[in-house]
Amino acid sequence: MIANFGFGVMTVTFLVTLYSVFAAIYGENKKIPALVESARRAMLLTWPLLTLTAGVLIYLLVNNHFEVQFVYEVTSRSMPTYLRVTAWWGGQAGSLLFWSWLMSAFASLVTLRKWDRDREFLPWVIVVACITMAFFIGMNVFFENPFAQLYQTSAGVEAYTLQPADSVLFTPQDGRGLNPLLRHPGMVIHPPMLYLGFVSFVIPFSFAIAALITGRTDDRWIRITRRWTLWAWLFLTFGLVLGGRWAYDVLGWGGYWGWDPVEIAAFMPWITGTAFLHSVMIQEKRGMLKHWNMLLIILTYDLVIFGTFLTRSGVLSSVHAFAQSAIGPLFMGFVTVTLVTSVGLIIYRWDSLKSETEMTSLLSREALFLLNNLMFISILVVCFWGVIFPMISELFTGQTVTVGPPFYERATGPLFAALMLLMGIAPLSAWGHSTVKTIGRAIWKPIVGAVIVTAIIFVTYTRNVYAIIGFFLVALVILVTIYEYWRGANARQKSQDENIITAFWNLTGRNRRRYGGYIIHLSMMLMAIGILGIELFQVETQGTLEINQQTSVGGYDLVYQDIARFPGPDGREVTRAVLSVYKDNKYLGELNPRIDYYFDAQQTMTIPGQRSTLKDDLYVLLVNWEPVSATGATFKVYVNPLVNWLWLGSLLFLVGIVIAAWPDKDPERVTVRAGKHVGQTSAAD
Amino acid sequence: MRKLPSQISLRITHYAIVLLLLTTGFATSVLAQGPTPTDDEVNKIAKQLYCPVCESTPLDVCPTEACRQWREVIRSMLADGKSEDEIKQHFVEQYGVRVLNEPPNRLLSYLVPVVAFLLGSFILLRSFQTWKKPIASKAISSEGEAKPVQDGYIAKMEEELKKIK
Repeated sequence: MIANFGFGVMTVTFLVTLYSVFAAIYGENKKIPALVESARRAMLLTWPLLTLTAGVLIYLLVNNHFEVQFVYEVTSRSMPTYLRVTAWWGGQAGSLLFWSWLMSAFASLVTLRKWDRDREFLPWVIVVACITMAFFIGMNVFFENPFAQLYQTSAGVEAYTLQPADSVLFTPQDGRGLNPLLRHPGMVIHPPMLYLGFVSFVIPFSFAIAALITGRTDDRWIRITRRWTLWAWLFLTFGLVLGGRWAYDVLGWGGYWGWDPVEIAAFMPWITGTAFLHSVMIQEKRGMLKHWNMLLIILTYDLVIFGTFLTRSGVLSSVHAFAQSAIGPLFMGFVTVTLVTSVGLIIYRWDSLKSETEMTSLLSREALFLLNNLMFISILVVCFWGVIFPMISELFTGQTVTVGPPFYERATGPLFAALMLLMGIAPLSAWGHSTVKTIGRAIWKPIVGAVIVTAIIFVTYTRNVYAIIGFFLVALVILVTIYEYWRGANARQKSQDENIITAFWNLTGRNRRRYGGYIIHLSMMLMAIGILGIELFQVETQGTLEINQQTSVGGYDLVYQDIARFPGPDGREVTRAVLSVYKDNKYLGELNPRIDYYFDAQQTMTIPGQRSTLKDDLYVLLVNWEPVSATGATFKVYVNPLVNWLWLGSLLFLVGIVIAAWPDKDPERVTVRAGKHVGQTSAAD
Repeated sequence: MRKLPSQISLRITHYAIVLLLLTTGFATSVLAQGPTPTDDEVNKIAKQLYCPVCESTPLDVCPTEACRQWREVIRSMLADGKSEDEIKQHFVEQYGVRVLNEPPNRLLSYLVPVVAFLLGSFILLRSFQTWKKPIASKAISSEGEAKPVQDGYIAKMEEELKKIK
């Protein structure tokens, strides 16, 4: 009964989104403002309706309603309450509903903004947001109903939305339980973050399409959505980082990123989103690249849908799974239709999107940003090709192939290095015009500094060529950024008679986007240090140890002390080992790698014992595929140098983006004033 | 509850692999010569292989029974004095090229990204050339003149608005 109510509310929401689309189009075409207003209010209604739908689903999840197929699949009696709530996005049907719910929240938020100056965008923003929502809610209503219930018929137990004739409701004693991999705190936050990033990119896309339809193709749509895009980017980046952290802590393979197609699916919109964030600045400052910005936000939107499709359709396991799944072809159809329509709109508005000014110098800021876009798009091509190559190969040759990390690392490595180099040069170039001489004058000090740092690293740490290039670029970007900061603060200190700290503070406060961006650059470099460390210097060993026996790796000595097996919370059995860690004969502490066996899901999890410092991570796994006996156990030990800089970098990233996206008191006036100095300074903004 | 067909076929595949390994792999290990290779030596090769069942999990960290058997095959082949390439080839012959972590035909897999990059660079270079030609005075003058006019206009507008208030 309650499940049917949930399904009913969800169906009504679907109809409301459809109404909103039609009312907005009809109202706009027939010039009936009341109808457009009605569409706006209908869109506002979607969030409370979907919140009610989600509330019903959570009620069913928390109260063990195993007669509901989704509840049966993702929960069990032994699971704690908070995990039953988060099980909402632990399965396909629930995660699609979660997507729609977040989307409706963003759509409502955007509806509540002041529309006075942009009234003509409103109906089309409603149309795009509601079509997207209708698609996702439609998936739930017609194909992946989270409220479908189990019925016993003569043919067996099957899930149905409506009770079939001659059937009785079937309630299993217990559920199958959430996949243990998804019971980690990281998994509680990672999907919401990623989905937030996904859905929030729909907002700039909606405005872009509205701009194309209305013909108001100046940079107004970019200025309106600038902060939306930054927040979207924040969520997506954090979603990716949290996913990496979760993989590091839970998957038990000693790394944070495996170039898995699912990871790449989430990474691709990030790539185009990042390129977009840079290239919109060219349009704002110079009135150029209007076609390109449109194309980038369209690509980002469709990669968001494509990413959800890749992870939800089963196509990644096999192209045949794609044909079996009903939602696969629909997703593909939706991506195709939106892509073709959007690109068609760009072609329709081609002339009004022409550049207002032209490129003056190959070393100008805009030229370097264009190169940055070339690198990002090349990385996107590598990723996209890597993901679809196995499908193409299977379709055309019948031969299934695997595209693993070596392909991606080899193909993207030089592109990432080029991006870092650009990150070092671009902040020193000016909008409009720069020469080798002007950039050279600004960059020679940071270059000398970077060479000294690299020489020290060469003498004391490594002679690996890739590492040397990588650390040189990291040092260059960090020094250029600090130099830029120092130059600005110094000038301010002199002109405004401020002390250096106040000067730094005010400098950042007066130009948040520029200096927030610099902090983000710095954070990326900290992450790069972590990535270089673990990718190039990871060492590992594996062996079976008896009690009191020792193994050594990367300067650490580990002595196996003890092992114990005991029942743990959440219906699992824990096998936990004790190892003492020594370095240079000095006792450093104890590590407790463990294996958790979940009875309900009949699955094991390998949780590492970790000792983290800024220098390295000692990461020990109790290898679960070797028999554990009273006398011996197999351990896999990794030393992951510098990896914690990756997590540290992500925290600094958060600071940078909050600074960059912090609302100005009066954004319009600040923008106008900033425009005055274009071409005179090297303002990155 | 009925099991999904894919789950059943997954399990059957796993059992089939184990059975095949028991007959082929262990038969060779009986005849193994020399010292037993270490886990690290086994993992060095296992890292580069994927079993056909476990999605996106390299063999060296895969916890399934079938993958454990694969690693034992690698160990016994190493003990037999087989080289890394011979061992990889053995798995390719048994299970197809998908066990490798990279497509065997590298040219095909790298062709599209490389062509795309070159094409992108070409388009960019052409754009730079066409943009650069007519420019110089025009853009700079538009930069220098248009903005102050606009700014003056805005300032005037703001003043007018203040008066209205």
